[in-house]
Formats: sequence, structure tokens, C-alpha cells
Amino acid sequence: MLEKALTGSNRYWGWIAVLLAFMAAGALSYVQQYNYGLGLTGMSRDVSWGVYIAQFTFLVGVAASGVMVVLPYYLHNYKTFGKITILGEFLAVAAVSMCLLFILADLGQPLRALNVLLHPTPNSILFWDMIVLNVYLFLNIFVGWVVLNAEKKEVAPPKWIKPFIYISIPWAVSIHTVTAFLYAGLPGRHFWLTAILAPRFLASAFAGGPALLILLCLIIKRVTKFDAGQEAIQKLVTIVTYAALINVFFVLLEFFTAYYSNIPGHMHTLDYLFFGLHGQGQLVPWMRVSTIFGIIAIVMFLVPATRKREDTLAIACVLLFISLWIDKGIGLVIGGFVPSPLEEITAYHPSFQEIMITLGVWATGFFILTVLYKIALSVKEEKMIS
Amino acid sequence: MDIKRRQFLKIAGLSTIAGLGAPAAFNLLLKGESSPVSFASSGAGAEVSHDAAPTGVRLGMVVDQRVFDANQGLAQKCITACHLVHNVPNFGNPKDEIKWIFGVPYEKAFPTMSHYHRDEHLHNSRFLVFCNHCDNPPCVRACPTKATFKRKDGIVAMDYHRCIGCRFCMAACPYGMRSFNWRDPRPFIDKATYNKEFPTRMRGVVEKCNFCVERLVKGLQPACVEACGSSGAMVFGDLNDSHSEISKVLKENFTIQRKASLGTLPSVFYIV
Amino acid sequence: MYDGKLIIPGLIVFVALMTFPIWKNMGNAGPVPKLEKPKGVTKCVESVQYMRTSHMKVLDDWRDQVLREGNRTPVEVEGVKYDRSLMNGCMKCHTEKKKFCDECHTYTSVKPYCWDCHYVPKETF
Repeated sequence: MLEKALTGSNRYWGWIAVLLAFMAAGALSYVQQYNYGLGLTGMSRDVSWGVYIAQFTFLVGVAASGVMVVLPYYLHNYKTFGKITILGEFLAVAAVSMCLLFILADLGQPLRALNVLLHPTPNSILFWDMIVLNVYLFLNIFVGWVVLNAEKKEVAPPKWIKPFIYISIPWAVSIHTVTAFLYAGLPGRHFWLTAILAPRFLASAFAGGPALLILLCLIIKRVTKFDAGQEAIQKLVTIVTYAALINVFFVLLEFFTAYYSNIPGHMHTLDYLFFGLHGQGQLVPWMRVSTIFGIIAIVMFLVPATRKREDTLAIACVLLFISLWIDKGIGLVIGGFVPSPLEEITAYHPSFQEIMITLGVWATGFFILTVLYKIALSVKEEKMIS
Repeated sequence: MDIKRRQFLKIAGLSTIAGLGAPAAFNLLLKGESSPVSFASSGAGAEVSHDAAPTGVRLGMVVDQRVFDANQGLAQKCITACHLVHNVPNFGNPKDEIKWIFGVPYEKAFPTMSHYHRDEHLHNSRFLVFCNHCDNPPCVRACPTKATFKRKDGIVAMDYHRCIGCRFCMAACPYGMRSFNWRDPRPFIDKATYNKEFPTRMRGVVEKCNFCVERLVKGLQPACVEACGSSGAMVFGDLNDSHSEISKVLKENFTIQRKASLGTLPSVFYIV
Repeated sequence: MYDGKLIIPGLIVFVALMTFPIWKNMGNAGPVPKLEKPKGVTKCVESVQYMRTSHMKVLDDWRDQVLREGNRTPVEVEGVKYDRSLMNGCMKCHTEKKKFCDECHTYTSVKPYCWDCHYVPKETF
């Protein structure tokens, strides 16, 4: 089926060229980082994880959100999602691929990455994260490919694929839970040390991922003959709305516990992120934008007039996606390091190369996504014509 | 033809999976090294077993702040001694900084114990902080390759050859005692004072205080303790040996530990 | 065959590129390094054959024994004790890094990173 990605319009090839250019720029920056060391990034002794790990965390959520179309279709026989399950699965493939690349970009000794397999360490959450992410990647490629192949041949998917689909559903939850455990089990990092981190991760993932999927469906509708359908999109909107509201609820719970208990360690990072701590508030503008965008998006999702029109729906999805990306892709990881265990406040500014590598990985993810969607949609278009 | 090819691929695929998975599984089952580690309790057993070590040695340190307060400049002597003997580079900027032992004010060393109206001498004191060599080290629990591990004598050690530079241990350490080699450290080590008997590190690995493991085997005291001379500002020894000097000091003085409430069981004690 | 006009030249170019390193040197691997033994010593910690093929394994094992297990008991050969150490063991006899390490490593294009951290007299600084 891969050959379907090799034929396309000029617009398709133009987009591929843009992505390849970003990938090349990212690769060049990575060569620089590889030769110099991670000191080329903005990270420091106090803020020892930066945008790479933050993007990784955010994208695990996008990957997990694929389950939001798989679950209703396969467990509840919600036929409307039948058309777009493949889009959810392939989005997960692209997202997990980006996660793995971001981890690799963040390693000080990338050539030793396989030490994780050579010296398996079950007491490290990173070991389990490595397992769940790779298995999830495999499950989604495998299920997506087999089901699409059956669709191409116009036969029902083979029965033996069912167990893989059923496993992939709890597995999606597991990837984001284990990723939350990376943070939630560390003593002395109060901002992360909260039992609600995993559910909060899942809620924001199930809002942000499907919001991205809605956007992708709207774009696809314009550039191909494939239409996900009003009903499927509106059902996704319902999922996004509930998940976004639950996410807001969880964030407010964090605020309550921190400020009502009045325990300094619990308040410090929230202070730093939203109000500024000891006069330092590098991330305050970001977090305020995130808050405002989130609120506007939720209102737009709740008002029937704005959620039913495609243009306003697209705006709402973009706003929500940006809001959640800032929250998790910037605030959560970087904020967790401030203040440091020695109560220092250290600012973090990603370097030029760091940003280029980040964009390069995103471009790689979109490249994978484009190719996979091209294949899937070509199959679907062929069927529509015949 | 087609079916044969399919069958061949199936068999090839399955044997590849078996071939890749089996050695790892066998290693896990057969080798004592990676015997299933419980992750509920200490997690410190990544390298050694969970039971108390047969020899029962648990090395630890007492820092007597009264002596440091009385001897201005002594702390700096300890820091210099350590950083010279271990070839710790000096980058001259906080971003790349690597430090094994350094001085911080009371409220930074003991943020959970700061309070109003504390002793006057605490306002100007600078406490020496370094790896606590916890009995229950969160960094060891977090490390995905056992590059950091707890030795039988209680020292939390680093295997620089194995470290992949993921910096999970830095996030896990509640004391901020770990440093990362953001760039090649060699050009930032003073040639004149370079210690030929101790290796440098490479870029991309994490490092920290090692309780002078390389000096202990030669029967020497840790470099910082030695730098204190006979002042008694730092006492090093076996916490489990009731006749050791450190046990005596601990019995006779009220000591505090950094963030003891986290349950990491630090092996470093402070007399304030 | 469909598109044979494209596929066959493509394959030829691919094979030519992939085998470039072989035919560029015309099967000539360059001068073989002359092996030299340390003076005054006749026996190493393992047989010559074993050391030639597996000295890196010995170093790996020693490193784990010393660093991880705390086992620093010297290895004894014919009454002489050798530390389980590259610097303080091996290089007591194999004194010169250039002669005993680099020559063969360069020939076989192996780049061990021992010297990124460990000290070589003269060469480190």
C-alpha cells in the first residue's frame, strides 16, 4: 500500500518538501548538539529537563487519545467512528514516533540508549515507559495496517486482529499513566508529587488529542474527497468538551489543595507559573495565555452556534490545543523544576538549536502522519469512486 | 507460492521475536544481577540484595557546623580538596556548573526546617551539602540502567560507563546534589592541579560525590574529611558499628538531616 | 518486469555505492601493524590468543568487578600481581598507548572511548 504515498498532487509534494526542509534543519542542529553536548540547549543544573521532555510528555497524550475513537467504535459498536478510527490510530503512530525521537534527542549519551534493554531495571519507571510506548507503537501500526488492508480488499478485517484492538484500548491508558508516574513518584518535587497527575494527564490528553483530530478531519475534508461526517465530528466535540472540563476541574483541585493547605512547597510552583515567585515569573505570560485560550475554547464548545459552524469550531480547537500544549508542553515539566531542591529559581530559555531540533521532530511526526494519512485516504477514496 | 511466502514470513517473524526476547528473558531469570527487584520498598537493591549487607557496613558522615562557623575558610578548603582530587571542572558559569560539595545557607539546605526567630549564628552560616548517600535512594530507584546503584557499604555510586544521560536521577534527587556534564569537561580542568590517579568524566553523563570510594580502598579518609584535619568538623565512618567514632558523635549530639520526612534515610547528619 | 528501464540501472547504482569502500581500496587493507610484546614479561593474565580476541571483555569484566562489586583483589600471574585496571594494570607492561592500543585500533577502525575519561601520560593534556 506504501506506493499510494508516492503519487500525489503538487500541493501534497509541496507540503512534503516543507516538512523535509524542517527535518533537515532539525537534523543539522542535532549534529551540532551531538558534537557539543546538551549544553547547546538552554537546560542547566537546576532545570535539567526542557522542551524535549515536555514535548515528549505532551505527545504521549496525543498518542493515547487515539483510544477516544477506537473505544466507542470497537467496544460500543458506535459505527459513525468506523470511518475515522484509522485516523486516530495513525495519529497515535506519528505521536509515539515523535515521543521516541524526543527521548533520543534528550539523551546525553544517545549511543548507549540500548543500555535500557541490556540492563533491564524494573524499578525504574523509564524502563516501563520504554516498554509501553514501543508496544503501543507496534499495536497501532499493526492494527491500522491490517484493518486498512482488509478495507482495500473490501473484506471484513480478520478475526484474529480483535484481541490486538482490545489490548490497545487499556494500553493507551497505560502509556499516559506510566508517563505520569515518571513524575508523580519523585519525592521532593511537590508540583509533580500528586496522585491526580495521571488522571489529569489523561483528561488533558483526551481533550487535546481529539481536538487535533477534529482539525485534521476539517483539513482533510478540504484537501481530499474524504469527509468524516458532521455526526462523527460533533461526537468528537462532545468528547473534547467533557475532557476539557474535567481537566479544568482537576487543575482547580490542585489549586485548592496547594493554597488551602498553605504548604509552601505545594504553592511555590503554582506561584511561579501563574503569579510569579519572588519577582520572577518567566512563564506567567504563557500560563495566562493558556488559561484564557482554554476558557474561550470551552465556551465556544459549549455554545451550539459556535461548535456547529466549521470555522468557529476550528478556531476553538486551535485555541484549546494551544492552551493544553502550553500547560503540558511548557508549564508542567519546566515549572516542576522551579524552585529547585535548594530553593533556587532558575530561568530556562530554549536555545536556537534546541528549538530547531524540536521543530524538526514535530516535522518528522507530521511527515509520518502525512504519509500514513495519504495511504489511508487513498484507499478510502478508491472505494468511494468504485 | 503466495501461501508459502506468507508462512515463511510468519515463521521468520516469530523466530525473530523469540530470538530477540529470549536472551533478555533468560538474563532476567538466570542472572542474579537483575533478579526481580521489588519496587515498593527500598528500590535500593538494584545492585545488592534487600537484606542488610552481610558485613553490615553503612558508611556515613557527620558535619559539625559549630566547628565550621568557628573556622571561617575551612569549608572552602573542603570544597577545594574534593574538587581537585576528583578533577571537577570549573566552567565559571552557573549553567554548565558541576559541583560535588558546596556551601549553602541554612534555609536552602533545610527548607523544611526554616522558621522565624532562628539562632543568630544560622543567619550567616553556610552549610556544606553533598550527596546524602541515602539508604533508600530515589535516584537509584529512577535510574533505568543501574548506572547509579547502592553498594554493599551504603555508598551510592555512579558507573559513568553505563550512564545514558537521561537525567532522571537529577529529577529524582530531592537534594539537588547531582550534576550533568552539559559539555566536555576536560578543557575546564586546571592542568596544573590535575589528579592523574582519578579519571575525568565525559560529556553527557551525570556525576556526584562518591564518598571518595577510591581513597577508602587505600585506607584514606574522604578528601573533605582529610581537609578538616584534626578540627573534627567532619566525621566519617560506619554508622552500624556502635564503637566507631561517628556512632559516638551521633550518640552524644543532637543532629538533623536534610528533608528527613521524605524517607530517603540520608547517611549525612548535621550538628547545628 | 514493469519499469525495468528504471529499476535495473537503479539497482546497479545502488550496488556500486554500497560496495564503494571495498573496490575503492581494491581489496587492499593497508599495512598490517607489527605486533610487539612488552619487554621483560612473558606471561599475560590470559593466553595470547584470548587477549587478542577478547581483551575488551577482560576490561569490561574488571570494570564491573572493581566499580560495582568492589572487588579489587589483584590478578596474580607467575607471582606478579596486577591491578584490575587498564591504567594501573595493563599499562604497567603495555606502557605505550600509541604502540599497544592505537596502532591496531586504527587499523581495525575501532574507536574505544577509554581515553575520554582515563588519563594517558603526555597525551591527555
